[in-house]
Amino acid sequence: MKSLPITIDSVSRAYGSYVALDDVSLDIQAGEFLTLLGPSGSGKTTLLMALAGFVRPDSGKLLLGDRDITRLAPNKRDIGIVFQNYALFPYMNVLANVAYPLALRKTPRAEARQRALAALARVKLDGLAERNVAALSGGQRQRVALARAIVFEPRVMLMDEPLSALDKNLRETMQYEIRRLHDDLAITTIYVTHDQREALIMSDRIAVMNSGRIQQIDTPQRIYDRPSTRFVAEFMGEANIVAPGSVRRIDGAEASRETLMIRAESFHLDAKLVGEDGVALEGILRAKAFRGENWLLTLALDGGQEVLVCIPAALASGCAKLAAGQRMTAYAPAAKVHAIPGAMA
Amino acid sequence: MTVTPDPALVADARRERRFFLSLSLPALFIVGLAAILPILWIIRQSFLTTGGEYTVGNYAKVLSSGLTWSALVTTLELSLGTLAICILLGTPLALALASARPRVANVLMAFVMLPLWTAILVRTYGWLVLLRRDGLINAALTGSGLTAEPLPLVYNFTGTLIGMVHYMLPLFLLPVYAAMRDIDPNLIRAAASMGATLGQVIRTVIMPLSAGGIFSGSIIVLIYSIGFFITPAVLGGGKVNPLSTRIERTLSTFQDWGSASVLGILLLVLMALIGVMLLAARRLLAQNTVEASAHA
Repeated sequence: MKSLPITIDSVSRAYGSYVALDDVSLDIQAGEFLTLLGPSGSGKTTLLMALAGFVRPDSGKLLLGDRDITRLAPNKRDIGIVFQNYALFPYMNVLANVAYPLALRKTPRAEARQRALAALARVKLDGLAERNVAALSGGQRQRVALARAIVFEPRVMLMDEPLSALDKNLRETMQYEIRRLHDDLAITTIYVTHDQREALIMSDRIAVMNSGRIQQIDTPQRIYDRPSTRFVAEFMGEANIVAPGSVRRIDGAEASRETLMIRAESFHLDAKLVGEDGVALEGILRAKAFRGENWLLTLALDGGQEVLVCIPAALASGCAKLAAGQRMTAYAPAAKVHAIPGAMA
Repeated sequence: MTVTPDPALVADARRERRFFLSLSLPALFIVGLAAILPILWIIRQSFLTTGGEYTVGNYAKVLSSGLTWSALVTTLELSLGTLAICILLGTPLALALASARPRVANVLMAFVMLPLWTAILVRTYGWLVLLRRDGLINAALTGSGLTAEPLPLVYNFTGTLIGMVHYMLPLFLLPVYAAMRDIDPNLIRAAASMGATLGQVIRTVIMPLSAGGIFSGSIIVLIYSIGFFITPAVLGGGKVNPLSTRIERTLSTFQDWGSASVLGILLLVLMALIGVMLLAARRLLAQNTVEASAHA
């Protein structure tokens, strides 16, 4: 199957005074798995629906390969979509659902059946072909929806929060399976989610969106370790945004004058684990919580700012004995201290 | 493990169930008084002579009369004609309403519902004003030269059908609109993304999912149409005689309660037959859509 790159060129869309997409540009490579990540109302679903053809942009261009699809009808775009609520036809059985796109194309009955069964096998649903859709679990329904979206070999796949209706364990299994399916088919995939862990696990690249704009687009590691804005830093896990004055260099050199981001899990309580090239933060322990694999400590710095410190349970033998109100110091290696350009603390 | 229920709790549960069942008693009482009793009374009447003796003569008389059978045919023609026009006009209208923006849909819906808030007699005479030989429509047609002669629009089958469709359309529309509005827009999007044209979306998604609404609307239209009286009586001009006007005439002109009761029972049987046929048709339809849409 020939997969195609996508170009989103200065696309805007407003609903009255509410701007859902604000001059969004984005290039997605052929065969790439790109995630649009953001809170609700950030414009990620609007962008996906614009690609699918269900939202008409006010301005801008959408290209599939070299072809301008901005004004192309949805049914001519050759794009497979997986919806959050599965969108299976309740009056058809599993096989009929999966064979539906083939039936629309007047594929001969025997061939359609065989291809639908092959698609069902790909999503590990062999043997459920004759089952009624209503008799399936949520996870099975989403597999049927996946099979239906790949069976007609579209050149692009769009997924709109496909796993958010599933419970946690199933969601994690499906994350790996969707990624595996993508790798097998090498199909350009745009995946929408508000779950940052899901985005980190699944994506080649992540585009973080907020208020109709793309805040940052990069690999999962760089988005996590090197966020370019305060919003991205705080959206991706437990980030501490620290004002320049509250940090001291361990080696005594002059501290940075920029606003810094330090992730909660970058801290150590033992200065020896950090060495000379690092920073130290001093404050009073406000609260502590045991979370199974780690301890979460809340530290109030002298300026009054609170900092979250996350210590892995394996290194936290002393944490149980810490008492609220006691003075303590947390250390972080310089490599884990990231200056956010232009951010205000 | 078996659990021995506490008798006190079981009694509580029973008392609760009984209380809620008892709420239906007033309605059951009225239905019994106003519907079941009269029907039983009519059945009894149909077997009595005017003198009050037992007979099957009423049935022989009514069923052997050509007037009865022509009234039956007229009833069926009017009901099925009204239903057919309602389906043809109402289904696209419901689709338009369901796909309109909510504010537009509300305004359109108010226009559709307006006739329902007007008394039926007023509306029927309103049609008379419009459809008469010297009525507004014919005046406009002849005045503009579109037709040389006024069209016979009223005091006939056409006029009766127009009046009946006007009354039934909102009643048909409501369940169809409700069914279509409840269709998950993602199903339509999914179908379109897989390559379905608008026609294929209507055939393979919208129609199967609104079949239930169309079915309910059809039942309402048929039940109302079969016993419809005022519209044929006013707009039919004495030339359109379904079973309902036949019953009225039998009573008012001949005071023949026995024959009128037989005609009434005929009407009941007709409704029951149509109900059974519709149910069978629906079952068949449900099976077919699954297979047909599997290979659209």
